[in-house]
Amino acid sequence: MYSEKVMDHFQNPRNVGEIENASGVGTVGNAKCGDIMRIYLDVDDDGVIRDCKFKTFGCGAAVATSSMATELVKGKTIQEALQVTNKAVMEALDGLPPVKVHCSLLAEEAIHAALWDYAEKKGIQIEGLEKPKADIHEGEEDEEEY
Amino acid sequence: MIYLDNAATTKCAPEVVEAMLPWFSEYYGNPSSVYELAGKSKEAVDEARRQIAGVIGAKENEIYFTAGGTEADNWAIKAAYEACKEKGNHIITSKVEHHAVLHTCQWLEKQGARVTYLDVDENGIIRLEDLERAITPETILITIMAANNEIGSVMPYKEIGMIAREHGILFHTDAVQAFGQLPIDVEECGIDMLSASAHKINGPKGCGCLYIRRGVKIRSFIHGGAQERKRRAGTENVPGIVGFGKAAQRAAATMEERTAKERRMRDYMISRIREKVPYCRLNGHPTLRLPNNVNFSFQFIEGESLLIMLDMEGICASSGSACTSGSLDPSHVLLAIGLPHEIAHGSLRLTLNEEITEQDVDFVVEKIAQIVEKLRNMSPLYEDFIKKQK
Repeated sequence: MYSEKVMDHFQNPRNVGEIENASGVGTVGNAKCGDIMRIYLDVDDDGVIRDCKFKTFGCGAAVATSSMATELVKGKTIQEALQVTNKAVMEALDGLPPVKVHCSLLAEEAIHAALWDYAEKKGIQIEGLEKPKADIHEGEEDEEEY
Repeated sequence: MIYLDNAATTKCAPEVVEAMLPWFSEYYGNPSSVYELAGKSKEAVDEARRQIAGVIGAKENEIYFTAGGTEADNWAIKAAYEACKEKGNHIITSKVEHHAVLHTCQWLEKQGARVTYLDVDENGIIRLEDLERAITPETILITIMAANNEIGSVMPYKEIGMIAREHGILFHTDAVQAFGQLPIDVEECGIDMLSASAHKINGPKGCGCLYIRRGVKIRSFIHGGAQERKRRAGTENVPGIVGFGKAAQRAAATMEERTAKERRMRDYMISRIREKVPYCRLNGHPTLRLPNNVNFSFQFIEGESLLIMLDMEGICASSGSACTSGSLDPSHVLLAIGLPHEIAHGSLRLTLNEEITEQDVDFVVEKIAQIVEKLRNMSPLYEDFIKKQK
């Protein structure tokens, strides 16, 4: 079902944990749908993400996308981190099953939420960053039975 | 590998496979043909019918072979609705039925049926007074499972049968999980129709049956031949049916001893999990449950992650989490017993067989405890919970 990369990031997730006094923290998703992601950022004075950690409640794909997302933003500038889209996360994981695409959207949104929190704490505006949605909920509909 | 998903399917027993083999290439005659070779096939099918009827106290001509439990459920419900249209359009079922029943009822609602989905208590069992209250003059069918496939809870099927009989309403029960696991006598329990499946009792996949009490007038489901007393046309799956017969006979003969062993292991596993894993909840009734069913919810974690990690340890199990159902909602059964979504997502079903030993249970529980801890350390819900405790 999952690619080798997904399985690797699920079995050996990178950057699990918390950052005390983080520069920014973002939590997205909801327990109702079975996915919650929280991303912690440590941003230095030059606006470079020095460290990034995550905690995730969710399926294998949710854990793997969180792990990959933290890897992709680590060491990046804020502007570069904004370019880490769900597509980039999926590609880095060699793809996800169609029903799990929403996990990668959640990862993108979690990064945005953490950046938003950072900007608010700093009292700055990040160009191109919109207030994140609290929840990602695609219209995944069942096929009609006849 | 430790296989703990026997409610999903079971291993075909060696004696079942052996019984089936001659019916592929040696005695391959069509039971409807006239020559001796075909006569052998017909006899074999009738023998299986007798074996299956014997398990539930039915007569052999009351057993109709189908391609499985799902077909049997579809047939019973749709055909009963058709047959009783004159009398009424009301069907009573429960919120915890298998989708084979629920989706069929929902489909019938689109055709004009009125369906009452009875609530269940926190253990997943309907209340008989709710059933009595739901009955109207238009009620034509009560379809309630004998035992639940997810949480193992056993419904009071005998009492339901008595109520149905008293009101002159047809009673169908989906006994796919209970057949061969619990003693069921269709006469004593007032059951008019019963669905069963071969592959849940160490028989082959793709074969099941519907018991229809003699005199119950429901329509044919598949048209096109005189097989199964013209009610279910199509050349019989002779090897499958022979295997089903053998498996049913085997299940009945070993039921007492086998289920006693399973019950011991089940209760041992339940107590070990409670000891070893904090913040867990047993789903389903503690004693009125299938002999081989263990179902727990582990707070703060999600079921699919748990399943994948168990798989990596060679343990096969299942979960009621959304991620394993292909939708965003967790199991309807876990929601019906009142679990909040996030706890329903963290459920694990382990269904045993008679081969599982105490050592197996110890190993599995150890692995569950380790994995749950690992996942909790990754979980933001657990982080929040711990912070609140401080």
